[in-house]
Amino acid sequence: MRSAPDPASAETVRPDDDALRLRVRGLAKTFVLHHRGGVALPVFAGVDLDLRAGECVALAGPSGSGKSTLMRCLYGNYAPSAGTVRLRVDAGWLDLVAAPPREVVEARRTRLGYVSQFLRVIPRVPAESLVAEPLRRLGCDGAEALDRARGLLARLNLGEALWRLPPATFSGGEQQRVNVARGLIAPREVLLLDEPTASLDAANRDVVVALIREALARGTAVVGIFHDEAVRAALVTRAFEVASHRAAARGHGAQA
Amino acid sequence: MSAGTHSPPSLPPSPPPLLSARGLGKRYGARWACRDVGFDLWPGEVLAVVGESGSGKTTLLNLLAQRVPPDAGTVRYALRDDAGGTAAVDLATLSEQRRRTLARTDWGFVEQHARDGLRMTVSAGANVAERLMALGASHYGRLRATACDWMSRVELDPGRVDDTPERFSGGMQQRLQIARNLVTGPRLVFMDEPTSGLDVSVQARLLDLLRSLVDDLGLSCVIVTHDLAVARLLAQRMLVMKDGAVVEQGLTDRVLDDPQHPYTQLLVTSVLQP
Repeated sequence: MRSAPDPASAETVRPDDDALRLRVRGLAKTFVLHHRGGVALPVFAGVDLDLRAGECVALAGPSGSGKSTLMRCLYGNYAPSAGTVRLRVDAGWLDLVAAPPREVVEARRTRLGYVSQFLRVIPRVPAESLVAEPLRRLGCDGAEALDRARGLLARLNLGEALWRLPPATFSGGEQQRVNVARGLIAPREVLLLDEPTASLDAANRDVVVALIREALARGTAVVGIFHDEAVRAALVTRAFEVASHRAAARGHGAQA
Repeated sequence: MSAGTHSPPSLPPSPPPLLSARGLGKRYGARWACRDVGFDLWPGEVLAVVGESGSGKTTLLNLLAQRVPPDAGTVRYALRDDAGGTAAVDLATLSEQRRRTLARTDWGFVEQHARDGLRMTVSAGANVAERLMALGASHYGRLRATACDWMSRVELDPGRVDDTPERFSGGMQQRLQIARNLVTGPRLVFMDEPTSGLDVSVQARLLDLLRSLVDDLGLSCVIVTHDLAVARLLAQRMLVMKDGAVVEQGLTDRVLDDPQHPYTQLLVTSVLQP
């Protein structure tokens, strides 16, 4: 579980390795359900993945193949059963699998973003404040953060009347736009996107695609799950098949 | 899954922890109400302690806050020194007097029942100002102004500064208790089930308030709660307790979304999703 030394020194260094943002090695995930007789559900094993600045890797595979599970492991939200997820940070590499919680929190505050499929609503907190929060946490002045949040919500065609309301009563598409705005407002080095356009109409989907392209152009490295063919065509530089790591996972689970 | 070491440095040299518990335990008769608890709390961190009634979480809070003496282990705290820095001391080595001063200035303690943390027969203003008066502040006008300011900050009408807490609703009493604790600018606040017993809408308002106060003031907190949603909303880290011991700890969303210990799995899957 513990991290090896700087991966660049341990393995072949490629000429463009300065661009490396995330390096995943030997990642495996098996869920063990203690109250279902300790049944082990292997999801994947042996996942190796390198992610470089400005690239957009799509996690591919049918439903249930473990795409979201892999993404959650990359965010530190799920605990992998084996392997490392090393994120480039100023002084070197941070293994999100082994790092203490406060360092994961700090990485999420400053460089690692995640847009989940569903917005987690906070009672009483207006949409615009939810969107502004990641900027405020980076030390941005409150008024400026709100201005930028409103600008982004306007660009995503969310009616001005909704900005000051808590999103609990919003439609699925409206909540998703608030969620995307919250995920994209602050600059990130690595951005994880779990179906960011799933409940959007074509016009709003195109706005989200444009926002992601802008992030890629700034050098953000993106890992995404995109079901929409048009979105894939517009963004994806490389696909990563999660399903091909399932057989290995079953072997892994059997040994566990 | 707890905090571990990793070779590459990632953050600038980190400040020392604010609070460190090691091997902490409390025994009542033959039974350990709390045993072998160890963790570090860093400045600005919010740690939730969750578990069912009788799991030892309130005992742990009382041990940390020096309200009951431990039967095992130590609690170290980064005391502010005169030079503007901090020095970690074993709290058991402090005199009773110094511990009491620490608890009244650099710490807060928010009780589950506001009545236990307030003086119900004196005015709201006097409740908020009490800690300042204990530190020697005596200018009536300034104390009153500070009390009114803090009442506004916790969304209480400063026009009611002369009312006794008896005349406040439960949610208002809880906000008053928070103001009373924060008036001295503490760095660490202990909270024992701060939102339980309140109506859901009142709870939401209090949570929203706590969340912004913690963010704005950069407070460190240890919050005992049986409510996993409260833990998710307020805390970056959590400890799960069962039968007096910590069975799992880590990043809050990791523990809640991918629980590893059988007990945590049971706890997380037993919650009704509204």
